[in-house]
Amino acid sequence: MDNNPSEAIEQSGPWDGSREALKPLSDLPRESRAIVRSLRGGQGFSTRLAGLGVTPGVEVTVLQNFGRGPMIITVRETRIALGRGETSKVLVEAL
Amino acid sequence: MKGNGATYTLALAGQPNVGKSTVFNLLTGLSQHVGNWPGKTVEQKSGEFNHDGNLIRLVDLPGTYSLTANSDEERIARDFILRVQPDVVIVVVNAAALERNLYLVAELLALRTPLVVGVNMVDVARQQGMRIEPRVLETALGVPVVSMVASHNQGVHELLDAALRLAADPASFAPRRPEIRPEHRPVLEEIHSLIAGKVPEPYSEEWAAMKLLEGDTQITEVVRQATPETWEQIHALLKQHEDAYLDVAGGRYEWIGRMVRAAITKPRIGAITLTDRLDRAATHPFWGLVLLIGILGLVFWLTYTLAMPVVNWLDTGVVSRLAGGGRLGLAFAPAWLSSLVADGLIGGAGTVLSLVPILIIFFAILGLLEDIGYLARSAYVMDRFMHRMGLHGRSFLPLFIGFGCNVPGVMGARIVEDRRARLLTILLTPLVPCTGRMAVITFLAPAFFGDRSALVIWGLIAANLVILAIVGTLLNRLAFKGLHVAFIMEMPLYHLPNARTIGLFVWNNTWAFMRKAGTIILLVSLIVWALAYLPAGEVQTSLLARLGRWLEPAGRLMGLGDWRVIVALLSSFIAKENTIAVLGVLFGAGNGLGLAGQVARVLPAAAGLAFLVVQMTFIPCAATMAAIRQETGGWKWPAINVGLLLVISFSTAVLVYQVGRLAGLGG
Repeated sequence: MDNNPSEAIEQSGPWDGSREALKPLSDLPRESRAIVRSLRGGQGFSTRLAGLGVTPGVEVTVLQNFGRGPMIITVRETRIALGRGETSKVLVEAL
Repeated sequence: MKGNGATYTLALAGQPNVGKSTVFNLLTGLSQHVGNWPGKTVEQKSGEFNHDGNLIRLVDLPGTYSLTANSDEERIARDFILRVQPDVVIVVVNAAALERNLYLVAELLALRTPLVVGVNMVDVARQQGMRIEPRVLETALGVPVVSMVASHNQGVHELLDAALRLAADPASFAPRRPEIRPEHRPVLEEIHSLIAGKVPEPYSEEWAAMKLLEGDTQITEVVRQATPETWEQIHALLKQHEDAYLDVAGGRYEWIGRMVRAAITKPRIGAITLTDRLDRAATHPFWGLVLLIGILGLVFWLTYTLAMPVVNWLDTGVVSRLAGGGRLGLAFAPAWLSSLVADGLIGGAGTVLSLVPILIIFFAILGLLEDIGYLARSAYVMDRFMHRMGLHGRSFLPLFIGFGCNVPGVMGARIVEDRRARLLTILLTPLVPCTGRMAVITFLAPAFFGDRSALVIWGLIAANLVILAIVGTLLNRLAFKGLHVAFIMEMPLYHLPNARTIGLFVWNNTWAFMRKAGTIILLVSLIVWALAYLPAGEVQTSLLARLGRWLEPAGRLMGLGDWRVIVALLSSFIAKENTIAVLGVLFGAGNGLGLAGQVARVLPAAAGLAFLVVQMTFIPCAATMAAIRQETGGWKWPAINVGLLLVISFSTAVLVYQVGRLAGLGG
């Protein structure tokens, strides 16, 4: 379900046109860095991520992204694994 | 410090992976009590001990990243603090991820409870080039701070002393508390005035106002019910500031940033660490899987190589002798009593207990993998496969535990946050071949298949896991309608294992199993014994034999036309490995062939394979069913699970037998 292309477009589509700099975290290659700008998964999802250190304005580094399956990122000295569906809901500005 | 003979209640809080359980184990030792939080399937650990003449009651709160009502764990932790009001809350934080860990401290400070902070793993932080000054942090926070290396028992007693000093003099607690961002202050005050005087105990108005702004579901409900007149106004206000929860969280991190600015005197150097190097292999989509399969294979090989001699010795040397002794000792008692004790009590529950060595070794290896940080990686690697079943990586961990024993596997499903995903995980766990089933197939397969038995055994395990995947996928599609749950998981740093932590892990899991053997398994053993004894005191004419004969037509479809084999299969309901013991009783020992050889004689290859297949996928044992009932809160799901597994095991075995016969494996 994570790899469903229509879902990915839905998640990233509206942003690509209006705010070009923002893209889903899932688009970032390995070892790239970015600033989190927006979490688009509702209150429950966002507060869970906040507890792990992912809030708007924080810098994240991508440790692993093989284009499919889950990703590993570092944020505030912590390694976090995120499912593909979750990474498409974190909008970032690449550095 | 000198005690004053007081009794103090202390709560231990902390995020996951901070070494909180190490601290708890060091302070309480074996005097800990493990149970459940009332009405919840969340484990509660507490312990009592004396320290300098004071009686300390230490309650281990669930490990949580924050105190927003996202999960049962978070609700339990904050409800305990608010309702029980412990004298002091001890928070353990990880020095190597200080900022993120202080997020929980920021949330705890808002609860107004006296707090001490233990900065753990300062050795790990130092290895990464970081240096933290506890005194500076203490001054900034206004909260006692102690630095520790709990794995080497450094600083733990200083932390306890700091907590007791605060408990004896709570008025000395004067922390600096996090404040909300200036732009949100007006709306917070407005909410505060709207709920003033209406917030029920034990919540404070200020805290409730902030949690409303954060969109906390539990507090929103509490306030909605408490403010029938003003709720619409509050609701409209909250709607206007819908996105404030992110700012509240962001504001806490800004506050934390100011608190630690001076305390972290050297930041982490961005060197490539051991964890990075190990993770290159362990979390790789291909090599990580190869490694996981290798580790799984090694776990089984080690477990059975080390444990089987002990198990055999216990079975023949201890249980059989005890049973023999029981018969002798009761020689003058009625025959039924002697049989009840020897066959029912000692034979039934005793055989189950002889599996304990397997469990000890399996849980020791599993505890080691957990403690060094590998289990989180296995969950990560398995995430993409688990997604096919609508589950995510976390659900792999209970299934992994299920290889040892399905009972802790079912209970381990608690780590899956989503209720429906947890239910699906629980329903799938009985399809994981546990040590009991493995004992049966490793006993019988050599007699059935000779040299090729190793191949057959691995094939059976693989087939079992394929069945699990198919059933999981179908259940998800049909019954759970395409479940999707968020996979969010911390990958802790790898670190050296701690013998004490692993020892307690083994003890808690094995003890839970032994308690089950002493209660539910014993009870079911006695019932089955009665069925095998009544009415004439002879198994050949017993109720159980009649049931077996009655089921023969169904058994014949899978090549199992011998009632003794059917009865042996049914008796695996007591415990999977019981099949062997029952076969032993029904076939009788002796005549040079050995038990497995005798069974092989009545079951040709195709039927033998079908028997192993049906044994592997049969209904969960009594203890597992009891665990499923406990975790799902009723008999509905255990009943569904039994029905499901009956269909699966029967149809698979029929298929295997019929195909095997056509393929010329003999019928």
